[in-house]
Amino acid sequence: MTIGSVPLRYKIGVDRDQCMLCGRCVENCPYGVFRMEGERIHVNSRVCVACHRCIAMCPRDAISLEERPVDYRSHPIWTPQVRESIYNQARSGKIILSGMGNAQDYPVIFDRLVLDACQVTNPSIDPLREPMELRTYIGKKPGVLRFGEKDGTTVLETRLAPNLMLETPIMIGHMSYGAISLNAQQSLARAVKHAGTYMGTGEGGLHESLYPYQDRIIVQVASGRFGVDINYLERGAAIEIKIGQGAKPGIGGHLPGEKVCADVSCTRMIPLGSDAISPAPHHDIYSIEDLKQLVRSLKEATEWKKPVFVKIAAVHNSAAIAAGIARSGADAVVVDGFRGGTGAAPRVFRDHVGIPVEAAIASVDAKLRTQGIRNEVSIIASGGIRESADVAKIIALGADAVYIGTAALVAMGCRVCGTCYRGLCPWGIATQRPDLVARLDPDVASVNVGNLIHAWTLELSELMGAAGINSIESLRGNRDRLRGYLLDEGIMKVLDIKPVGA
Amino acid sequence: MVVRIDARGMHYTPLNRAIREAVASGATEIVLDNVMGQRFIADGLRGDVTITIHGVPGGDLGMFMSGPTCIVHGNCEHAPGNTMDAGQIIIHGSAGDAVAHSMRGGKIFVRDNIGYRGGIHMKQYLEKRPILVIGGSARAFLGEYMAGGLILVLGKEDDRPRIDRGIGSGIHGGMIVIRGGIDEENLGVGAMMSELSPGEMSGIEPFVREFSGNFGLDPDTFLNDRYFRVSPASARPFASKYTWEV
Amino acid sequence: MCGIIGVIDRARKRMDGTGIRSALAEMDERGSGEGAGYAVYGAFPELKDYYAIHVFFDDLHETKPRVEEELSKWGVIEHDEAVPTYEQPSLRKIHIPWRFFFRPDPHLMPRSITPEDDVVMHVVMKVNTTIPGALIFASGKNVAVFKASGWPEEVADFYRIQDYKGYLWMGHNRYPTNTPGWWGGAHPFNLLNWSVVHNGEITSYGTNRRYIESYGYQCTMYTDTEVVAYLFDLLVRRHGLPLETAVRALAPPFWDEIDRMPDQEREIFRAIRLAYGSALMNGPFAIVVANDQSMVGFTDRIKLRPLVYGEKGDRLYISSEEAAIRTMEPDVGEITMPKAGEPIIGRYVA
Repeated sequence: MTIGSVPLRYKIGVDRDQCMLCGRCVENCPYGVFRMEGERIHVNSRVCVACHRCIAMCPRDAISLEERPVDYRSHPIWTPQVRESIYNQARSGKIILSGMGNAQDYPVIFDRLVLDACQVTNPSIDPLREPMELRTYIGKKPGVLRFGEKDGTTVLETRLAPNLMLETPIMIGHMSYGAISLNAQQSLARAVKHAGTYMGTGEGGLHESLYPYQDRIIVQVASGRFGVDINYLERGAAIEIKIGQGAKPGIGGHLPGEKVCADVSCTRMIPLGSDAISPAPHHDIYSIEDLKQLVRSLKEATEWKKPVFVKIAAVHNSAAIAAGIARSGADAVVVDGFRGGTGAAPRVFRDHVGIPVEAAIASVDAKLRTQGIRNEVSIIASGGIRESADVAKIIALGADAVYIGTAALVAMGCRVCGTCYRGLCPWGIATQRPDLVARLDPDVASVNVGNLIHAWTLELSELMGAAGINSIESLRGNRDRLRGYLLDEGIMKVLDIKPVGA
Repeated sequence: MVVRIDARGMHYTPLNRAIREAVASGATEIVLDNVMGQRFIADGLRGDVTITIHGVPGGDLGMFMSGPTCIVHGNCEHAPGNTMDAGQIIIHGSAGDAVAHSMRGGKIFVRDNIGYRGGIHMKQYLEKRPILVIGGSARAFLGEYMAGGLILVLGKEDDRPRIDRGIGSGIHGGMIVIRGGIDEENLGVGAMMSELSPGEMSGIEPFVREFSGNFGLDPDTFLNDRYFRVSPASARPFASKYTWEV
Repeated sequence: MCGIIGVIDRARKRMDGTGIRSALAEMDERGSGEGAGYAVYGAFPELKDYYAIHVFFDDLHETKPRVEEELSKWGVIEHDEAVPTYEQPSLRKIHIPWRFFFRPDPHLMPRSITPEDDVVMHVVMKVNTTIPGALIFASGKNVAVFKASGWPEEVADFYRIQDYKGYLWMGHNRYPTNTPGWWGGAHPFNLLNWSVVHNGEITSYGTNRRYIESYGYQCTMYTDTEVVAYLFDLLVRRHGLPLETAVRALAPPFWDEIDRMPDQEREIFRAIRLAYGSALMNGPFAIVVANDQSMVGFTDRIKLRPLVYGEKGDRLYISSEEAAIRTMEPDVGEITMPKAGEPIIGRYVA
């Protein structure tokens, strides 16, 4: 007992007056917090992860949860997290695995940006009675158009590259089958189809049951190449090469064998129960010119009919990297900020590597414009998009569209407990255990996700209308309509915005 | 008593002052000659007087007007009848954008065409019901946000009026009646269209006759035709838009 | 609010500035007495092959030599003179207007297909961003621009525009919001042969500016209108788009309208919106733009600002108000309102 037990992270209480011993908490908790003995619910708070499933399912509001009921002596440097990491690693000698996005207390740039509205000099536009255009095309755009004449009429001579047409600039990012359940993927697929937008497969292949939605699905090619064959590539509306991920820039992925059930094994095309390991780099890409080869080989395989995206984690040099990607023939670059979520990532990466998406997008957009190649690629922002205001702000900074991930999971019930890596998600999202997966009803969850996209789209229209803008193109890169509130000069220079009042 | 005013080179403030003085001294008819762009003619004017305008009055003719009749021999610029309360404006020509904006009572007859957002936010209350009759066509967003009253479009030059998108967009009261109807794609948000029944037609007929009488046209060329009404699908078109924070 | 007017004589019959002065004065209500301006095409018939570089100097002693040096680096100054001005009681002469008649050396821009224009554009951007106290506010051939802070009739009399003749005139009466008192902020904005007068506010300015600046233009006037001149220069001169197409790129049809078009047209408009999305101008505006071949007027896509046009013989008039046109030409024919985003174009026939 050198170290002994650490204080409880969460303490569950049961209001005995309210409890009617229905046992729903026992049934619902996959972590084993509750057990019924005779006429009493017994609680083991130590295994609680604060997923809130019990609280949500209790018909009598009898369950309470207290965070850190017994805490350490306070200290500004030696925080409880720091101390517990040390205990953990002292015991185990291992890398600490974590879930969801960056949990470090960095300031959020989005929350220091404010949007503009019209007063007097121009009228705001009511999006519900006048046209408001959110339609967004993702892909390469010609820099110049050439017209000719044929039989006395004007004809377009420039040939357009394939683009995806989005009815709203909100897409759902790549969360693989394996990381999340099939029911979760089906819910997302139905929602994007209904909303006129797209979702990503992640690197887990495309399950047969998603074929009906394939024209709304972007298939991912990652370093592990799981589930990738020509059938997969042809089914996707677009193809995304995943170089990196905001939650863990510079490292690969690891789906533990226990999550590789029969169905996952078949979709990923790997043996049942074996670990699915994605290498850190693509071993056919060791330099930017190799990326061009992969982009071209994917285009060649699919007869140049599909846009190819390249996703990178937002890192210090994102702007230059994006400029290289724009020259590779890729049609869009996805920049995943350091707040992006994940099923599992080493905590040291999740919390300390990469940069915020706001700064990354601003510098990528600026770099592409300086080099005159902004039209060569669309910019998709992902990682830490939490609400419609974030969407408006990131588009004003220069993005064409966003990927949301965590927000879509939250719309299906996720409580952001951050324990996805355990594979016991009681909401049926980040799990493959059939009884847990069955808890997520795609009929309901797809509506919830669709509602979220719809509501954000409405709010985005309102924000644009208030700014006197009736087409999303006029918001894109319109940094004049942003101001920084208590942001330092250095950041404002990167974002190329003025402070409030200026 | 008829008073004649030569408005050439006159600013609108002295012009309106002269009009008010004429009304105060008992004029029942005022004739304005050489009007050229003066705004706010008869702005807020009360009384039982007919003002005949020769030329092109500037914007906001008859704004807040409550009682008089303005007869314009020429075109109007933007928003004649803006927030007008009672009285009449008869335009022997066309008018600009936002004709009858927020009009709450009285009648406006335009012989030819009007611009964008005609009748925007017209509204009615108790006995006050604003009427806007357009002989020709209107541009987009006709009757946008309309809350009451009647807009009647006759399309005299064509089989039916040429109106672009957004007709009755956000309409939540009153109705827009259009000879020959419109294409479905031009119907605004929250608006619906149906053919006028013979009973409803009899409610429209007096306005067609009055319009024709004003401009010396034959009402029968308009009356023997099908009419369609654009009216609110709901009195609260945007009610389903919000949810409570908690 | 601002009032705008433009007139073109398609037979190139020249008119003096008397008419436009009275037309603009008719719209005094639209301005605030803090800015007005005129542009006239065909103003310098004897020097028509030279670029008429108009400069506002804050002083002649220190700044003018620097501009001359810059011009001489890139070509030859054939002639230069102070723009004649005549004192007005309430117009303060803040700057000294000057004009240079300049012939650029095309060999200095070997990679350009329009080297003379590109030399001049380069000089304009260079002077305006690096020489404090000097602002080039016009740079076209055979085009004169007159502007200052004041009421339209004062500005007209300050320059005696009735002494100039041309076959295309534009005028603007300003109600400033962003930059009062600043002569450079008055319209018309000019670059090369492009001149723009504008009523309204461009809510997409930030987007348009970022777009245009990535093509080497630099916005130096602290106001949204100058991007319009640059956008036309980029789309028409450098990209070679027909004028109608350029207007449709700046104020395109809505997607639902494009979706209903016949195939060929739909393809064209989709391409325009994809390629030129960042050039799309949003917000309320009515604009008249001229170059050496034509004049075009158009409004924003939902027609938030007024614009009407009328014709008499070879002349096409476009203005914010019918009364302004009738003041200039009482016998003008029918006055028509263009549809939102639809270009009204007058081209020379002679």
